[in-house]
Amino acid sequence: MALDAKIPQGEMDKKWNDYKGHVKLVNPANKRKLEIIVVGTGLAGASAAAALGELGYKVKAFCFQDSPRRAHSIAAQGGINAAKNYQNDGDSVFRLFYDTVKGGDYRAREGNVHRLAEVSAAIIDQCVAQGVPFAREYGGLLSNRSFGGTQVQRTFYAAGQTGQQLLLGAYSALERQVALGNVKMYARHEMLDVVKIDGKARGIIARDLTTGNTERHFGHAVLLCSGGYGNVFYLSTNAMGSNVTAAWKAHKNGAYFGNPCFTQIHPTCIPVSGDHQSKLTLMSESLRNDGRIWVPKQKSDNRKPQDIPEEERDYYLERRYPAFGNLVPRDVASRAAKERCDEGYGVGTTKMAVYLDFKDAIMRYGKTETGKTGMENVDDKTIFSLGRQVVQEKYGNLFEMYEKITGENPYEMPMRIYPAVHYTMGGLWVDYELQTTVPGLYALGEANFSDHGANRLGASALMQGLADGYFVIPYTLGNYLAEEIRTESISTDHEAFVQAENQVNDRLHRLMNIKGKKTVESFHKRLGKIMWDKCGMARNAEGLKEAIQQIQALKKEFWSDVKIPGEINEFNSELDKAGRVADFIELGELMCIDALNRNESCGGHFREESQTEDGEAKRDDDNYAYVAAWENKADQGWELHKEVLNFEIVKPSQRSYK
Amino acid sequence: MEHYHMNLTLKVWRQKNTTSKGNLETYQVKNISSEMSFLEMFDVLNEQLIVEGKEPIAFDHDCREGICGMCSMYINGQAHGPWQQNTTCQLHMRAFKDGDTIVVEPWRSGAFPVVKDLVVDRSSFDRIIQAGGYISVNTGNAVDANAIPIDKKDADNAFMAAACIGCGACVATCKNGSAMLFVGAKVSQLALLPQGEPERESRVLNMVAQMDKEGFGNCTNTYACEAECPKGISVTNIARLNSEYIKAGLTTEDN
Repeated sequence: MALDAKIPQGEMDKKWNDYKGHVKLVNPANKRKLEIIVVGTGLAGASAAAALGELGYKVKAFCFQDSPRRAHSIAAQGGINAAKNYQNDGDSVFRLFYDTVKGGDYRAREGNVHRLAEVSAAIIDQCVAQGVPFAREYGGLLSNRSFGGTQVQRTFYAAGQTGQQLLLGAYSALERQVALGNVKMYARHEMLDVVKIDGKARGIIARDLTTGNTERHFGHAVLLCSGGYGNVFYLSTNAMGSNVTAAWKAHKNGAYFGNPCFTQIHPTCIPVSGDHQSKLTLMSESLRNDGRIWVPKQKSDNRKPQDIPEEERDYYLERRYPAFGNLVPRDVASRAAKERCDEGYGVGTTKMAVYLDFKDAIMRYGKTETGKTGMENVDDKTIFSLGRQVVQEKYGNLFEMYEKITGENPYEMPMRIYPAVHYTMGGLWVDYELQTTVPGLYALGEANFSDHGANRLGASALMQGLADGYFVIPYTLGNYLAEEIRTESISTDHEAFVQAENQVNDRLHRLMNIKGKKTVESFHKRLGKIMWDKCGMARNAEGLKEAIQQIQALKKEFWSDVKIPGEINEFNSELDKAGRVADFIELGELMCIDALNRNESCGGHFREESQTEDGEAKRDDDNYAYVAAWENKADQGWELHKEVLNFEIVKPSQRSYK
Repeated sequence: MEHYHMNLTLKVWRQKNTTSKGNLETYQVKNISSEMSFLEMFDVLNEQLIVEGKEPIAFDHDCREGICGMCSMYINGQAHGPWQQNTTCQLHMRAFKDGDTIVVEPWRSGAFPVVKDLVVDRSSFDRIIQAGGYISVNTGNAVDANAIPIDKKDADNAFMAAACIGCGACVATCKNGSAMLFVGAKVSQLALLPQGEPERESRVLNMVAQMDKEGFGNCTNTYACEAECPKGISVTNIARLNSEYIKAGLTTEDN
């Protein structure tokens, strides 16, 4: 099948407007007859369900948590980008578009990214109208800060809890539609298959996680807003329940998977402390506005950080990248940390950490405060304490979180940080309308592959999730549904529903009947280790080939030796997890295949075979300026389809942050 | 920070489903690191139970970084355990010492029925939000975000109220099973912002009516909710809820 991204013709900055001007519409009376299924209630899912409910469609929304408010968007800390140019510092739609394409190392689709930049400003307006309490200045207007990979201040934030506030805004809009009867909410439900009739997505099979019963749900269209798949690595900053299952079922039903190997390893996370670790915690990128990253100049320096004098510290990001300093993009910052630790300059007990130090920022803010109040001859202790208050207001919750986890006070001691898996740029391949290769099946937010190329810039995930849900899908879905107004709701007694439900139940029984010896968790940990070692921050052909074999062996072992307690028809978290881990194992293999195929380095994908003399990622635009979209061929593996990327505006060049 | 290992006795509430009777079961865990989180200690126990052919303990958890509000354990008689302003997932084992006995129960409240073991049903909170915990603004209707300046103090107070994670510790810890802190936080957030003004009266009346309908108790000002709230939501929000409720009751035409 030829891949048609359906990017509208015309000039870049007119495409979206032209599209909106000519797209097919569904009249209000017909909207009431059309049913839409939304899977996942994070920023993309909650905003889509709310916006579509407002338009009058009949929406059913599903989440596996006990309430839609718990989706993992809630944990996003630092902020959301928007091209408002409130700071008068030269920002514009074009700059946001340009930064995002460049930040993604020229592996994103320009048309989508431009649209994202265009709708970004309206997102902030919408959220403020919903009562999202963004940070404000004393004059009452909105405050901004900087994130990596940009030289303007375009990030809106609510302390270190921006994701929480945006999600609660979208959740409240969703609950309003529930109250109005436009959305029916199914919490503690997990989608276990897509139902296709005559080639179109027509519903899902979901499992009620409280009773364990499977259910059939019809929809004229199905929207997957189920997030990313970082948990394939076992340890990541994702929530424990975050999984690929919904997207993977879609993939096995004909939806191509785009750039699966593009994983974001976030530079500033709390380091692993031991084998017991179940997840990793992010320390927001916003901290790099004020924190300085360093390691000792001397290898294996065991002195306490406060005992290491200034001249014996290596602020390696400032040294290597003077133009962007501590605010280089995530992929660059992560690799630089790994490089220092691999060379033996790491700190802490495991030596796999670097320092993120706030002392200078605290003193700087402290001096500003003394200036404001006209204090004179102030001692350092007072300056420090005044500065500490400013830092606390900006990042207080993050500092508290750090102290709870590590038992160390980051106001006194620099934080120890190390990169960790955070976000997946890859996902279901979608066209400009966010439709997958299965008609009627859409993917929004992190679940799709579209906007971030090979590396996502900070504060852009929240922007994309809400852009897709509030401002893109309400238009593009209508273009499909306009042709469906004569399609009556299909009974879930239809053979396709019966068959899909039987398949789901067969698989559940198969899992329960293995009755092996090893726990689900033990398989997940082993998969994670293979992925982190061989498909993590650095990859090479030999390692990836080994990983593929190891994963295939692990899959066999899983299906013959996993032990799942309890019954199917009850609340059974182990069974839920087993299904997810089985899907992660298959995805892991595809990620390695994709990483092996892409014999170039770009963004977060670093092939050791392809680097510049000073160790930067070296792209190969002649051979790899395409989106790798993989088609699942069941037992025959996968077939690669290529969507060639045409850069009309931003001409690819070696990315430089020096 | 000094690290150490410990052996512990756990007494955990086991209950097959909503209708069955539950009881405390005793378990031993060994060699627990002080660096583990409380839920990682539960992971160890559950792995142990599965290997022994027993059923693991059901508990709610998701983000494990203190923000999703899903974890909900009543530990040694305190919602979310001994640390102040903390969730169960962020409680770390250095809060305990070798040889300790730890009692773990689900949230205890009539409005939060037990689903299984330590898992409870908090959908009543969602229904309270449905009754009015929002601003009725359809997508695309908004004016420019800087069109209405908001006093920083009001914005900050609204944010502090909005920091509620909806975990239900306030209800679980209240002797009356009252949800006034949860409702007060949402009512306050929206009452403090100019955007919330148009629905100010109907919101508070409807949310309180739903709260009563769900079977939550009344507030008798013991402030236990504030003391146990993982996000430090202030009881000032309850005072504001009361004042909003009285004002709305006196002035709405519907009543």
